[in-house]
Amino acid sequence: MTAAAPQPGLAGYNFAYLDEQTKRMIRRAILKAVAIPGYQVPFASREMPLSYGWGTGGVQLTAALIGPDDVLKVIDQGADDTTNAVSIRKFFATTTGVATTTRTAAATLIQTRHRIPETPLADGQIMVFQVPIPEPLRWLERREVESRRMHALEDYGVMYVKLYEDIVRHGKIATAYDYPVMVNQRYVMAPSPIPKFDNPKLDRSPALMLFGAGREKRIYALPPYTAVKSLDFEDHPFEVQSWSQACALCGATDSYLDEIITDDRGGRMFVCSDTDHCRQRTTAEGNSR
Amino acid sequence: MYVAVKGGERAIENAHRLLAEQRRGDPAVPELTLAQIENQLGLAVDRVMAEGSLYDRELAALAVRQAQGDLVEAVFLLRAFRTTLPRLAASRPVDTAAMRLRRRISAVFKDLPGGQVLGPTYDYTHRLLDFSLAQPTRADTPGPRRGAETAEPGTAAGHSPKVAELLAREGLIEPEVADDDAPVGDLTRDPLCFPAGRDLRLQALARGDEGFLLGLAYSTQRGYGKTHPFAGEIRMGAVAVEIVPEELGFAITVGEITLTECEMINQFKGSATEPAQFTRGYGLCFGQGERKAMAMALVDRALKGAALGEDSGGAPAADQEFVLMHADNVEAQGFVQHLKLPHHVDFQAELGLVRSLRAAASAGTEAEAEP
Repeated sequence: MTAAAPQPGLAGYNFAYLDEQTKRMIRRAILKAVAIPGYQVPFASREMPLSYGWGTGGVQLTAALIGPDDVLKVIDQGADDTTNAVSIRKFFATTTGVATTTRTAAATLIQTRHRIPETPLADGQIMVFQVPIPEPLRWLERREVESRRMHALEDYGVMYVKLYEDIVRHGKIATAYDYPVMVNQRYVMAPSPIPKFDNPKLDRSPALMLFGAGREKRIYALPPYTAVKSLDFEDHPFEVQSWSQACALCGATDSYLDEIITDDRGGRMFVCSDTDHCRQRTTAEGNSR
Repeated sequence: MYVAVKGGERAIENAHRLLAEQRRGDPAVPELTLAQIENQLGLAVDRVMAEGSLYDRELAALAVRQAQGDLVEAVFLLRAFRTTLPRLAASRPVDTAAMRLRRRISAVFKDLPGGQVLGPTYDYTHRLLDFSLAQPTRADTPGPRRGAETAEPGTAAGHSPKVAELLAREGLIEPEVADDDAPVGDLTRDPLCFPAGRDLRLQALARGDEGFLLGLAYSTQRGYGKTHPFAGEIRMGAVAVEIVPEELGFAITVGEITLTECEMINQFKGSATEPAQFTRGYGLCFGQGERKAMAMALVDRALKGAALGEDSGGAPAADQEFVLMHADNVEAQGFVQHLKLPHHVDFQAELGLVRSLRAAASAGTEAEAEP
């Protein structure tokens, strides 16, 4: 997080692409977001050379934060080798020249879409989430003027009614990802479309969690050790997904599993979605590039 | 079998190579030059400049070529470049009344000071494919214009007063008082918040997708919000851009740009406090973009409805959040197309949920099955 003097990077562009004025604007929004955990701070999102909906919010956060000494990890669906993760990692490798890694523990800055790594995060690490729809109330109240007022007044009755109706109709809360959380007993927040399996990792995490929505122009944050509670009822407590199988590659029983269809006769296998976690378990050293 | 999802890096590089190959097409066919695009596909260039919010014909032509003629992609390329540019100065408001007109028509008066100037328009062409244009060797001279000695292109004589101002002198149309010293919002530098003022609304519409605005404008004419418009005036031509450098303290002209401007005149029956008078809808865009400017003017007027105390009956075109949040094609194309990205983690979560709900239903019990 140091100011950028002339650095290795892309000719004709500033270190990490964004100009320093824009980075400062984003950092101010980050500071405000950290000061009010779970509150969505509007920011002057820029057009990035990456399409809206493909991580422009996360990319702007990372660009505003990254310094020459950072080590960057980028994942999409938990994997380092999915196409968009490759593309974003390459963007920063080109525009900053910083070291990249696939090892969760080695990274200072982790940009993610849809997952939180299985390896517990540590003090000093920063997670950057890509957020498509930052407003948890959007599907209940589509007007921004109204939903912002509801947050201001802590008027979340409609959210609890929705969860209650789910239970009446389905016997359980029928939300499997982007499961709403209460932050610091004040703001209801969308954790981005991570599976609810990952929600407990948000609670009192030692890492700083930052959320960026580029198209919707919002930044919000969970400072380290913030209390984050997934919404539930006393008689219907929050629970996460579990599998009856273990990972077919590494045998993990405690990780989020992807289902891979292996033939057209119903054959399937389950493997860790977190490729780094899986590799660490299958290789003795757990080293990577 | 698991390797299927690996190798993203090489796949991307190969995709870029294939794209470059496809863009160039058959190497036996000469490559398009930017000058050819600028001149012969000028209206495409204009649309890309308008929605890309950057007046630079050469860069817009480059974007059109790089995007293989996909104009939304070209707009995106131009926007991503524009966002990196420093803001050196804010111009003074351009004076469209002093426009060097290439076209100027009014549908509300048969004749008017400054006259009707048809200019280059497809309006009265018969849309018959001109097979003679398919012959590249044809001597491509359109022939002299007849009886148009006074109207050299871009030099229609003198100062042509705005139609709306003629009506304003009689108090027949809502006054619009220019406040040139008031700061103007910029949604590319500050996040758009609601309710948005007219300056921001007009900015959003000016860079909004032509197709989206066209559909919205059309909807107001078909009964989804009623604005009863007349095309008061449409003008297209060149205006001077002036800035006042701080060290000089007076205005200097830094260039000239082509604009299309449309002022719609709309019925307003009056209210308890206001007598009946006409109201205005305003459209403006870079280059030659009459369809866009007209659509913008209709939507601008629809969005003013709330301030005029009109009941739009929930018409989409009169709904600020609906119009402004969905008009930007760079945002829209990104979010629609992001569905191409892998979503297998979320899909897995949904699969588990659907399976468990189905299991619970078939067991005929409220008991929760394992997800």
